[in-house]
Amino acid sequence: MQRANLIEAVYRTERARVLATTIRVTHGDFDLAEEIVQETFAAAVTHWPVEGTPQEPLAWLISVARNKAIDAIRRNIKLRELLTLSHDDTATSDAEMHAVPDDRLRLIFTCCHPALAREAQIALTLHTLGGLTTEEIARAFLVQPATMGQRLVRAKNKIRTAGIPYAVPEASDLLARTEAVMEVIYLVFNEGYAATTGDAWVRRDLSSEAIRLGRILVDLTRSPNAQGLLALMLLQDSRRDARSDEHGDVILLQDQDRSTWDRQQIEEALALVPIALRGNPSGYALQAAIAALHASAPTADQTDWPQIVALYAELLRREPSAVVALNHAVAVAMCRGPAEGLDLLAPLEQELANYHLWHAARADLLRRLDRKQEAAAAYEDALRWVGSEPERRFLRKRLQELQLGTGYSNARGLAP
Amino acid sequence: MQYLLLIYDAEQELKKMSPADMQKMHDDYMRFTKEIIQSGHHRAGNALQAVSTATTVRTRNGKTTTTDGPFAETREQLGGFYLVEAANLDEALKIAARIPSARTGSIEVRPIMVFDQPA
Repeated sequence: MQRANLIEAVYRTERARVLATTIRVTHGDFDLAEEIVQETFAAAVTHWPVEGTPQEPLAWLISVARNKAIDAIRRNIKLRELLTLSHDDTATSDAEMHAVPDDRLRLIFTCCHPALAREAQIALTLHTLGGLTTEEIARAFLVQPATMGQRLVRAKNKIRTAGIPYAVPEASDLLARTEAVMEVIYLVFNEGYAATTGDAWVRRDLSSEAIRLGRILVDLTRSPNAQGLLALMLLQDSRRDARSDEHGDVILLQDQDRSTWDRQQIEEALALVPIALRGNPSGYALQAAIAALHASAPTADQTDWPQIVALYAELLRREPSAVVALNHAVAVAMCRGPAEGLDLLAPLEQELANYHLWHAARADLLRRLDRKQEAAAAYEDALRWVGSEPERRFLRKRLQELQLGTGYSNARGLAP
Repeated sequence: MQYLLLIYDAEQELKKMSPADMQKMHDDYMRFTKEIIQSGHHRAGNALQAVSTATTVRTRNGKTTTTDGPFAETREQLGGFYLVEAANLDEALKIAARIPSARTGSIEVRPIMVFDQPA
């Protein structure tokens, strides 16, 4: 590999680790730490081509950044009491290296601290752990760079001023706090995956970034919940190229070309699902298990619907919500016929009256029961609430087919 | 660090409390205050009279105006405060969550500003 490329690759993979440790050494000063990390990589660009690439690039980087941080603190009169810190001029000590994984954990928990607004958590996580620039995050979330910049400044300022600790939460809070981190990661993933607005390319990048963050969380915590989340994201993302055609039109799960699914990602996820399901499985694990059943079916007809119904029932019991109930109803319809599905949809009307997928699911079941007029009315309702253009085109096509009485596959409707 | 824990609760709701509930709340506050004194977190704390007793003062261009009532009408009113010493925000939030009024109203946690000492 060219040395410049090597440094770039190291920057991409190790920047968050170096930053995480530097933030700890600067006692939670994010801005100072970011500056030092930039200087450190600049030093690598200068030194490595001359002196040769160090055997352990990460150790080199952390050692340089740490010493720079201690120097910066020493120069700072206000932090005089820190002068007692030992200055390790030689290689980074073993203890320091062992502290590295903890530092990234500290960083992720600090970025997702509940005292920060959700938007700020997302921005800070992408910026510090993901290494995305303010401009990149702004573009992905469709806000002005200045607005995003202010959001980051405010968040860093609050961490410092309000005394948000740079620490892994104590055991009693760990579960709830990990939950918050996973929510942030999954939100980032869905921003990229849904990609209903904005620059599609940038937004797809968000999904990859979320998967990368999910991997870090799994590496650091080994938590079954985090493994469930990672599996879920890998499985959903494995279908990214099959979900729409060259015109950007929706292709339903059952009509997708399964040979275009990313097998490597699916295999990785399938290995995680049994671990995630152990004991008291999280909602992510159950959703991953459902996605795994779809991924493992050689054809749509061979999908294990009874098992999917059972998993949705369990998910509904654990995390009751109208949207989960809708998915459960659709699975029941696939398993035991459209009439039973319709019965389960009916009680959700009040809660989901504004949700296009409730109307679309109902329309599809009515169509399959040959109740054409009711089905057409339900498609009209779905069209009233649909937000994304590809989904609108899909629903319109279905409605036209119904009105023309043209041939229908035994296709199911727009899967929620 | 020091944090001011501002206790907000709906005065109208508090007025409707039964004497027994009122007594319980009072006892809860006594117990909580004793606990945070013993644990070394307590620096100060007091309950406030109702907002109907509040007066707001403003000085503009050297002229002082005085108005009856609080600065802003809100659903929940400032009813008391604690000043606590805590290692960080997490510890302060944990203390705040134990304040009896956290169960009915809300607690605003504000770090105390530290001014640089002159060199």
